[in-house]
Amino acid sequence: MNEVMRKGIVENIDTITTRWVEEMKENADERFLELMPAPVVATTSREFTELMTSNLTYRDTVDKARLDEFTEKIIHFGWSIKFINRAIDTFSSVVYNLFFETGILQESNLREGINIFSNWINPLRESIIEEYSTKWERTDILQKIALQELSASLIPVFDKISVMPLVGTIDTERAKLIMENLLEGVVKQRAEVVLLDITGVPVVDTMVAHHIIQAADAVRLVGAKCMLVGIRPEIAQTIVTLGINLTDFSTTSTLRRGMQKALEMTGRTIVEEEM
Amino acid sequence: MEHRSSIEIKTEWDIVAARQLGRNEAKSTGFGTVDQARITTAISELARNIYLYAGKGRIEIVPITVGVRVGLLITATDEGPGISDLQKVMTDGYTTSGGLGAGMPGVKRLMDDFRVETEVGVGTTITATKWLH
Repeated sequence: MNEVMRKGIVENIDTITTRWVEEMKENADERFLELMPAPVVATTSREFTELMTSNLTYRDTVDKARLDEFTEKIIHFGWSIKFINRAIDTFSSVVYNLFFETGILQESNLREGINIFSNWINPLRESIIEEYSTKWERTDILQKIALQELSASLIPVFDKISVMPLVGTIDTERAKLIMENLLEGVVKQRAEVVLLDITGVPVVDTMVAHHIIQAADAVRLVGAKCMLVGIRPEIAQTIVTLGINLTDFSTTSTLRRGMQKALEMTGRTIVEEEM
Repeated sequence: MEHRSSIEIKTEWDIVAARQLGRNEAKSTGFGTVDQARITTAISELARNIYLYAGKGRIEIVPITVGVRVGLLITATDEGPGISDLQKVMTDGYTTSGGLGAGMPGVKRLMDDFRVETEVGVGTTITATKWLH
C-alpha cells in the first residue's frame, strides 16, 4: 500500500503541486505567494511537495538535510508558522482527493489508507514545525545577545572623565545593566565626571527618566558627578511637558558641549595651540 | 504584513512595538518631529501603565478626521483592577509603583484631548487625541 501511494504521488507530482499552489493562493490570507516571483513559487512548491513525500518511501525517517535546507529557505521567505501549517493541511487534502480520483484510495482500504496517511504527515509536520521554531529561537537568542553587547559601556575619555553612550530602547533589564556598568566603571576608572549621552535613545518617557535620575543619584553616592548630554530639542520639549524635574542635573544638548563643561569642572580647558 | 493599528500589550517589548506603530502612524498623518515625540511618549506611558498595573491590554492607534480637523486617536484598554482614585492619579508626583508619578498627568499634557473611563474591578479605557494643527 505504501509503495502504491508513493508511486501515485510521484506520478502525479506536477498535478499535486499545481493544485496545491492554486488552493494556497485561494485560501491564504498572506500575500507573499503573490509577492514571490512565479519561478520561485514554482521551485519552492516543487521542493515542498518533494519534501512532503520524502519520508513516504522510508517510513518514519525524515530527510534531515533536506528539511533543514527547506526550513532555512521558507524562513528566509518569511512564511509564517500558520502558513506552513496550512500548507501542510492543504497538501494532505490535495493528495487525499487525488488518491480518491485515481482509485488508490477506496471505501475498502480507507482505514488502512488513513493510517498510513497520519503516520506519514504527522511526523513530518512535527519535524517541520520543530525545525522552524528552533531556528527562530536561535535567532531570538542571538539578537538578545547582540542587543546586550550594544548596551552601555563606560568609556574613559580623559583622566577623570568618562562617557556612556546610550543607544536604543531602555527597558528594565537594560536599565539595570546601565546602572551596574556605570557604577562599576566610575569606581574602576576613577571618574569624577560621567557624561550620559542619550542622543541614541528614541523615547524618554517617565520610566527612562526615572532610571536616569536613579543612576545619577547612585553616581553621586560613589563620589562623582553625572551629566546628561545629547538631549534633542523634541526630547527636551517632551520632558518639560511630562513635568519631569531634571534641575538637579547638569545637562547639555550635545556631547561636545558636555565635554567642555566636564573639563571645566575638573579644572581643565582646551587650548588651541598656535602653529 | 497586514496593516495593524492595534497592539496587544503583554510584555515589556510590546510597549516598544506600540510606540513604533505610533511613530509610524504619526509620521504618515503628517505630524512634525516634536509632536511625533509627544505621541510616542504618550503611547509609551499608556502602554507601560497597562503592563505594570493590568498585566495585559491593548493599544489602538487610529487616524481620525472630524470636519476639517485631522488627528490621531489613541485608545488604551485593559481589564485590570481599575483606578480607585482618579483625582490622585492625575496629580503630579503621585505614584504607587515607585516611579516618578508623572505618567498620567504627563500624557494629559502631551495630548490635546484626554479621557479616562475606569471602574474598580472592571478595567480602564483611556482615549487621547492629538490634533494636527
